[in-house]
Amino acid sequence: MWRDALLIAGKDLRIELRSKVTFNQILPFGFIVLIVFAFALDTSPDTLQMVAPGLFWLAVLISSILGVDRAIAIETHDNASDGLLVYGVDPGGIFLGKVASVFVQLFLLEIVLTIAMIVLYGPKIGGWPLVTISAVFATLGISAAGVLYSQLASSSKAKQTLLPLLLVPVASPVLLAATKSWQDAFAGSAWLVDPWLRLLIVFAVVYLALGTVFYNSILEG
Amino acid sequence: MGSKRYQRLRRAMGIVSVLLVAVTVVLGLWVTPPDVVQGQLVRLIYVHPPMAWVAYLAYGVTSLASVLYLWRRTRNLRWDLLAASSAEVGVIFTGLTLITGSIWGRPAWGVWWTWDARLTTTALLFVLYIGYLALRRIPADSHQRAVRSAIAGLIAFIDVPIVHQSVVWWRTLHQGATVLNPSLSPRIHGEMASTLLLGFIAFTFVYVWMLLHRYQIAALEQNVLDAELEKLIQERRNEPGLGSSQIESSGDANNVGQPSKV
Amino acid sequence: MRDLVNFKNVVVVSGNFPILTGIDFEAGPGEVVLVKGRNGAGKTSFLRAVAGLLRIARGSASVLGVDLVSNPADARHRVGLLGHDSFLYEELTARENVSFVLRATRSDTARVESSLAAVGLAGRLSELKVAVMSAGQRKKVALAALMAREPELWLLDEPHASLDSWTRDVLDSALIAAVANGSTVLVASHEPDHGALIPTRTVEIGGGKVINDVRESGSEDGAPSTKLGTGNVA
Repeated sequence: MWRDALLIAGKDLRIELRSKVTFNQILPFGFIVLIVFAFALDTSPDTLQMVAPGLFWLAVLISSILGVDRAIAIETHDNASDGLLVYGVDPGGIFLGKVASVFVQLFLLEIVLTIAMIVLYGPKIGGWPLVTISAVFATLGISAAGVLYSQLASSSKAKQTLLPLLLVPVASPVLLAATKSWQDAFAGSAWLVDPWLRLLIVFAVVYLALGTVFYNSILEG
Repeated sequence: MGSKRYQRLRRAMGIVSVLLVAVTVVLGLWVTPPDVVQGQLVRLIYVHPPMAWVAYLAYGVTSLASVLYLWRRTRNLRWDLLAASSAEVGVIFTGLTLITGSIWGRPAWGVWWTWDARLTTTALLFVLYIGYLALRRIPADSHQRAVRSAIAGLIAFIDVPIVHQSVVWWRTLHQGATVLNPSLSPRIHGEMASTLLLGFIAFTFVYVWMLLHRYQIAALEQNVLDAELEKLIQERRNEPGLGSSQIESSGDANNVGQPSKV
Repeated sequence: MRDLVNFKNVVVVSGNFPILTGIDFEAGPGEVVLVKGRNGAGKTSFLRAVAGLLRIARGSASVLGVDLVSNPADARHRVGLLGHDSFLYEELTARENVSFVLRATRSDTARVESSLAAVGLAGRLSELKVAVMSAGQRKKVALAALMAREPELWLLDEPHASLDSWTRDVLDSALIAAVANGSTVLVASHEPDHGALIPTRTVEIGGGKVINDVRESGSEDGAPSTKLGTGNVA
């Protein structure tokens, strides 16, 4: 399973390096979302600083929908997922590999968006360790839930509209927890004692486990 | 399924449900006294919490049926139909819970909606299962649909505690006690307590009644599909072949002029 | 002799439409079976079902000794399917695609170069992204991956379509070598010319079931042939 996961992750990341869909399309989109939020709310620095974590994670969540959709689209083109089945690749491995690839891409996107957020909204960030650890687990949770639901919706002709309906309610605890833990971190909170981080870890672990167990049934079904 | 016993059970549940609801209405609107603090508004307590209970019960049944389908040894399409039927009833009752909650909230706290933990969780629950029902609409064969929706139904149920916990923390960690607290205080009037209990029983019966109806429709639809499939199989088996002369001479199947029946 | 493929009254349903309506079919090692039929008769579905990609709704099916009803996944990696979809990734080069397939199937990755060379995609051509390739070239890439894998059961859906005659010959000689080693080949084709590969049997599919099963060399009396072994391969 782990070997297959590495194989899939390597292949997906290589495809991303070539096609640069995340870099050229999803990243600029996330950036635009950050700018538009500022327009929509207020340009007063106080407001923006206060809501910065929430807007940041909302931008990530919206971008992630495009990211996981892309991750599954790679396999639906030319029926490649049938190919994976014929080659005998472990479905749990496919899931973990896809999650790993989406995770890497989203995490890089978050680094760029964080810089953009600091420039645009000007929040003061205190506890960097908590910011980083929270982001890791939040991204892991979003990637795992996203890949799982994207695969569930993949046979639908209307998957682009069905996926957000399925994913956003499920991912809302992550949005909430990541926002809150970043607020704590921005306020200079000590690291790892934050209850929100615990929730992010629970979510990530639950979705990684569910996906690994159920991916087989979804692919075979 | 369409057996006499099932019909009789369904009808009996219907009659009992209507009677119980009627008694609850009479007790709730006329017999019980208005509350000292909430006045007439308290009468919503006889419908609102029972509706919320039915919603949770319905989702519980959906999850159980989903597990029974996913587990190979108990796999049967009936579990899938039951899961779907119960989820539909659950969504209706979640919607009703939200509506009656709002009706209560407006005069009680002056707003239709508040970002209370319980309200927010219920709203997310509503959307989660609407997603479940939307997933079921994807055209697929029965088994494929059953597996996918069973997984989605199970995940939605596992989500509920996570969603709830996160929202509870979200409110309590930053805002103190919540506004809405419909838990029964011990000083509740004896008649009120028994009417509330009756409300729970009545709505549970209504749930079972609706479920029996919905399940029957689902099963009949499935029967129609199965019969149609049987017919399609027979029709397809009678499709003509290439015609015997075409086999050895290997003509292009596109150009077979007069295919003979085999 | 154990059957490599054994289908009994197999029904496959897709979106409540019966694509296979009761296939009875068996094949042993070394057989070359030509699968014929009109468009929409179920040839492609039949091959996909043998590959374990379709759920068996009714009947019993086993491939390479593995029960497809209970374990659809366990025989797949020993089966090679060349269909209308080539299962290739557009952004990867020909070499990367073949290398991915070999690593996914745990085959010998040293064969990448030789198999690409065998289909005429050596050197610079193997560095091209699949996205810029023609339909024929893509098929060659898929073919290179398939030949390098050396499956025990070859399922070929219109293998000659969009291939040049030189590559057809390459495919045919690879198949002849595989059959000589005891592999079984199922070919769905409309083409009158089977090249060097001579089928031992012709099976006609119509309406999602087998309606004719004839020994290619024997008289055409419609009598179902029994297993032929490796006999008739040229």
